[in-house]
Amino acid sequence: MQRTYEVMFIVRPDVADEDLDRLISTLESQVGTAGGVVKSVDRMGKRRLAYLVRSFQEGIYILFTIESDSGTIVRELERRLRVTEPVIKFLTVRIDEQQKRLDKIRKHRELHQRARPSAPAAEAEATGAGTEPAPVAT
Amino acid sequence: MADETTQQSPAVQEGRSGARPGGPGRGPRPGAPRESGGPRKYFRRKKVCKFCVEKIDAINYKDVRLLSQFVAESGKIVPRRLTGVCTPHQRRLTDAIKQARNIALLPFTSRI
Repeated sequence: MQRTYEVMFIVRPDVADEDLDRLISTLESQVGTAGGVVKSVDRMGKRRLAYLVRSFQEGIYILFTIESDSGTIVRELERRLRVTEPVIKFLTVRIDEQQKRLDKIRKHRELHQRARPSAPAAEAEATGAGTEPAPVAT
Repeated sequence: MADETTQQSPAVQEGRSGARPGGPGRGPRPGAPRESGGPRKYFRRKKVCKFCVEKIDAINYKDVRLLSQFVAESGKIVPRRLTGVCTPHQRRLTDAIKQARNIALLPFTSRI
């Protein structure tokens, strides 16, 4: 069973761009070697934090979407993140159950919309065309 | 509570435990039985659940703008009787707000 995880973490704001890239590629390769797939990396940029985290008021947000079939990969990644100095906060969310539910709801909604009769729409079209005023000849 | 006990205290207690209908959760509060003083409205104006109407399925912890509509100025989560959100959506909303708080997208508390 493929599990999809979203790992969002915050890096301190005074980290240089190259260091950030190096950090991200290190983490990506770690996930890759452990057998997971990094589906996407989203750099959400520098944002103001809602509260002081380790005496920082701003942070660089990064979001990883990871696909794997076991939870050990994410546990390893989290352990790595905890030790990495520039990372000040992280949060992991599992999203495959939610996706499954959403897909189910959307499919259900689609089915019902197709089954709903579109007769009123067709009728309105016909009457509209019929009651069009004939050109007035002066 | 003192003035209750001097008057019909057994009757009030019976009403509270037994046949009090309670309305849809918005009836008169059991701590303050008001018989006089004008008609007591049981229904505030009919509020609909924003998520059910707009058919928003997934409440993501990342969209702070949506979540901050349901958070008071002090940072507290607004109860659903004020916002009109239905129960399953309120539960998901609460989870999303707590996740957002953990990742510093929303404050736990803000002094106003």
